[in-house]
Amino acid sequence: MSAVALDKPANATLRRWTDFFLLIAGLVVVWYLLHLWAGEVALTSPYETVAKLIDLLGQAWFWPHVGETLLALFYSLLIASIGGLGLGTLLGIHRLSGQVAEPILVALYALPKITLYPLILLIFGLGLSAKVAFGAIHGIIPVTIFALNAVRNIKPVYLKTARVMRLTPLQAMRTVWVPAALPEIVSGQRIGFALTLLGVLLGEMFASQQGLGFLIINAIGLNDVPVIMALALLLALFAVAVSSALLALDRKLHQRS
Amino acid sequence: MAASVETMPDAPKTMRDIHAPVHASVAGVTRIFPAVGEQPPVHALGPLDLDLVKGEFFAVVGPSGCGKSTLLEVLAGLSAPTEGSVTFEGQPVSGQVPDGVGVVFQEDASFPWLTVWDNVAFGLRRAGFDASEITRRVDYAVGFMGLADFAQAYPAQLSGGMRQRVCIARTLVLQPRLILLDEPFGALDQQTRLLMGDELLRLWRETGATVLLITHALDEAAMLSDRVGAMSARPGRFIELVETGWPRERDSRIVSEDSFGRLTGHLWSLLREESMKASGHQMGRQK
Repeated sequence: MSAVALDKPANATLRRWTDFFLLIAGLVVVWYLLHLWAGEVALTSPYETVAKLIDLLGQAWFWPHVGETLLALFYSLLIASIGGLGLGTLLGIHRLSGQVAEPILVALYALPKITLYPLILLIFGLGLSAKVAFGAIHGIIPVTIFALNAVRNIKPVYLKTARVMRLTPLQAMRTVWVPAALPEIVSGQRIGFALTLLGVLLGEMFASQQGLGFLIINAIGLNDVPVIMALALLLALFAVAVSSALLALDRKLHQRS
Repeated sequence: MAASVETMPDAPKTMRDIHAPVHASVAGVTRIFPAVGEQPPVHALGPLDLDLVKGEFFAVVGPSGCGKSTLLEVLAGLSAPTEGSVTFEGQPVSGQVPDGVGVVFQEDASFPWLTVWDNVAFGLRRAGFDASEITRRVDYAVGFMGLADFAQAYPAQLSGGMRQRVCIARTLVLQPRLILLDEPFGALDQQTRLLMGDELLRLWRETGATVLLITHALDEAAMLSDRVGAMSARPGRFIELVETGWPRERDSRIVSEDSFGRLTGHLWSLLREESMKASGHQMGRQK
């Protein structure tokens, strides 16, 4: 183990962390300046927001709301990820179906789904199932579109290679189709996650008695800016953490191709 | 026997034994792609006959779009002929690629999600060889193709020529008795192609396999093969099968021999008119 060989990566890691902290510090400064400009009534300061969030996390009544949101998100993600993956794979394999479905999916993707929320409520009623359904319809469309393209864009020469190697259909699926499509599928899951979270929170903001979305709309009604800000910070931290993990995986997979 | 030939470069003799058994053959093969929508059916190939002799190096040249790749796909069992029959080692070829046939494609077919070593081991693992045999064959092929320093690299880190070597090594480890190459060096620069040609000759000598090489480069065909099949414009048929007469021990240095120039010139005279047809030129007094 030579010191020279270890030197470079260590430096690069240090650099990355320095950049990361500089970025965070910059964002906090901008936040603080906005707070000065907009005033206490509209935007709480970074310090107060963090203090409020710590306060909320210490309250016993707060955690069931977090649990409710996580549960709804979990079910929605399950439907969006697995359903979208299955649907996209089938549409990718069956060329004609894919060609018919793709413009419909793109149109649905562009449609503001909040306009459908009254229908969702009528079908599923108030409560968990409506939130889950609303989250899932947000997430399932990008996951499907990405999976469809991932399968459709597998290089034909890979499939020919599988035939030349005399692979069984199952071997070809496991060792060629899946790894070839995986990078795009992970990209789809990443975007699907962000939209599913959005869907669940929107679902909770209207017609719900539980969850973080409900707490936000409640705080908006009371004009309780510190609570709004604290919840926004909590959700941002959560979304950034999950997205970063998926992005890291995504980058790693894409680097190779 | 090769040594006696090497001492007489001016009088090369073919090492191909004309009495050697037929290894693979196509007989009366045509390939017509059916009409799609408004498009009329396309008669891509044939009728065409070809007997590949065991252990020979056969090159196919022809104008673009003449059905060279279609011929390869039919021979490999990747697509079925519209008429005619294909046999490999006496068995009819239909529906699937026969055991003992290896194919290298023009496009980069290395798997980007596997390291060079794992790419080369891919077919062996699927075929269920035991670990020590896989290690032995892969290490040998990786070394043979000059990839030893890159065994743990991913294809994205390699040049186009290196990736093509990975694909060749991946085919080689399965010890195919018939190797089909579809313009494997088409995307490479001239110098790299000459060097890859040398490696291909080395590989051919060492394995004793029958090789069919599709190429658009007349010099490549003239330099590498025992026989060259010159194909007409679509529908592709053989105009002439040209014997090169090279000794089995040969390398890219034969490009400086007189007979190499004559061979390439002869091939071009066969193909000139066909190439013009293929590229849509009007031939003045053709009739």
